[in-house]
Amino acid sequence: MALLELQNVHTFYGNIHALKGISLAVNEGEIVTLIGSNGAGKSTTLRTISGLLSPRQGQVLLNGRRIDTMPSHEIVKLGVSQSPEGRRIFPRLTVLENLEMGAYIHSRRDPQYQADLERVLDLFPRLRERVAQKGGTLSGGEQQMLAIGRALMSRPHVLLLDEPSMGLAPILVDQIFSIVQDINKQGTTILLVEQNALMALGIAHRGYVLQTGQIVLSDSAKRLSENETVQKAYLGLD
Amino acid sequence: MAVKAQAQPLASRQASVGTLRQVLAPIGQIFVFVVGSSLILGAIVLVLALLLSRTQANLLSGVLTVLPLVIIDGLVLGFLYATIALGYTLVYGVLEFINFAHGEIYMVGAFVGGGLGLWLASQGLLAAMHPLLFVVFALLVAMTASGLLAVGIERFAYRPLRNAPRLVPLISAIGVSLVLQDLVRLLAGPSRFNLRYPQLGLSRRFQLLEIPTAAGANLRVAIDSQSLIFIVTSLLMLIALNYLINVTKLGKAIRAVAQDRATASLMGINVNLIIAMTFFIGGALGGGAGVLFGVKYSTVNPYIGFIAGLKAFTAAVLGGIGNITGAMVGGIVLGLLEAFVSTYLTLFTGGRFSGPDYASVASFLILIGILIFRPSGLLGEATTQKV
Repeated sequence: MALLELQNVHTFYGNIHALKGISLAVNEGEIVTLIGSNGAGKSTTLRTISGLLSPRQGQVLLNGRRIDTMPSHEIVKLGVSQSPEGRRIFPRLTVLENLEMGAYIHSRRDPQYQADLERVLDLFPRLRERVAQKGGTLSGGEQQMLAIGRALMSRPHVLLLDEPSMGLAPILVDQIFSIVQDINKQGTTILLVEQNALMALGIAHRGYVLQTGQIVLSDSAKRLSENETVQKAYLGLD
Repeated sequence: MAVKAQAQPLASRQASVGTLRQVLAPIGQIFVFVVGSSLILGAIVLVLALLLSRTQANLLSGVLTVLPLVIIDGLVLGFLYATIALGYTLVYGVLEFINFAHGEIYMVGAFVGGGLGLWLASQGLLAAMHPLLFVVFALLVAMTASGLLAVGIERFAYRPLRNAPRLVPLISAIGVSLVLQDLVRLLAGPSRFNLRYPQLGLSRRFQLLEIPTAAGANLRVAIDSQSLIFIVTSLLMLIALNYLINVTKLGKAIRAVAQDRATASLMGINVNLIIAMTFFIGGALGGGAGVLFGVKYSTVNPYIGFIAGLKAFTAAVLGGIGNITGAMVGGIVLGLLEAFVSTYLTLFTGGRFSGPDYASVASFLILIGILIFRPSGLLGEATTQKV
């Protein structure tokens, strides 16, 4: 059984039919990527999984249990955590407070809390230097690190990453992607949404290609990056 | 590893020093504004007195005699506005919505405290109680009642309208405030319309200092028990609020919800619960202010919430709406200003203008000036942190 599964999910923004029957599965231990152009429905898919949007039709299952009818703060407790599009860190909370909010579902007396904090600060040494700084004063790259680190603080089984490469210099993108791989090796399953298909397929095991709210292709990452349509449309190769 | 072991305690120590600073800094800022406003207003009054003393004999000594009392009155009024203003600013910070029913929550607190006093008196229990014990007891009961009332209002009058256009919940708030005014009037009945707090026998005055004057008789500066209770209690409430907002997990969650509601829910924060808690805290502060008002001024009526609410709203805007320290500072500046205008306008015009009638004019002139020249408020958004 897949860890996370979407079955024929339809999500609407008002009258706009954003997801038209998405079905996908993420298995324990995988990095799965969703690629596609602007407006294809990648972020909408993640927002639906996290419970920020509710599907009008279809089901979202975590370990076989329906979660699409639950409010988002309950879904986090089941082990699904999201680093949202555009980082969305809390600008007037310090780095440490942002991370603390990431661990909101755990008690601060939880002995594991310090260990989680250490793990995140080890993954992102830059954040360690800036624990007392307000989130809003960080650079774009640091904010992205904080957003991922904050999502890890809840000790998720599945980490949803929405466009971690957005607006970052190529060298930082490499750095962040290699950290994402490390996180996966430490045992967290990852669903990665990216416009940077080349990078995403480089680290993922499997991928899905989204177009106007539908999945048009799904395969192993290796085969997807060799696929002619994918190369033309998303990798910029001729 | 060794490097890390050193770095970690350092980081947490920095954080805890930062925490202490976060709790104490607003109190420091209040102190600065209390002293600063008193000095500036005092200086203006003295200059005016010197200018006018050519035509009016004895004016200067009269001005000096009442100055300490005016400052104490101003502080009482200022802390009243500050405590109520916090309710506006907390809710605004989280929902970007002006809760115009907040003045009535304060009024209900005043009635609950007074009603409790009358009931205790009728049972013969009040006489056996130390007055301070009664004040603490009344505060706890009224704060709980007002807090729960605010939560109920949010649940039934605002939450269903959360995604409606901004004007809609505002109209709902005005409706709630009218309902509360008339509901309390109905419950109180004609005999209790002007509810008198029971006599607590707080007649002690505390001498603060004694200033020798040229005339020979020493000028004694004293503060009455009620004013002292008022100032100390509201200061304690402000310190407690700062601790709650800056240090506790709940406070951080409130700030997180204020900054980004959707992302807060991705952290596992129950946003509706946090909003309800924010209303509870704001309502409890308002209710506490109501009891303190009753203890100090002894009579309350169902309409006291309107003007007090408007003034507190002015204070919140003056300090920068959504900014907690700003609300406290704005309240105090406004209170001092009103106290100065009340007393000295009468004195300087030889009674031709009645100062207390013009105090509100001064407040609202300040509001207009702030909105024109510094819409972000005294403490501006860039320099200090919002909720």
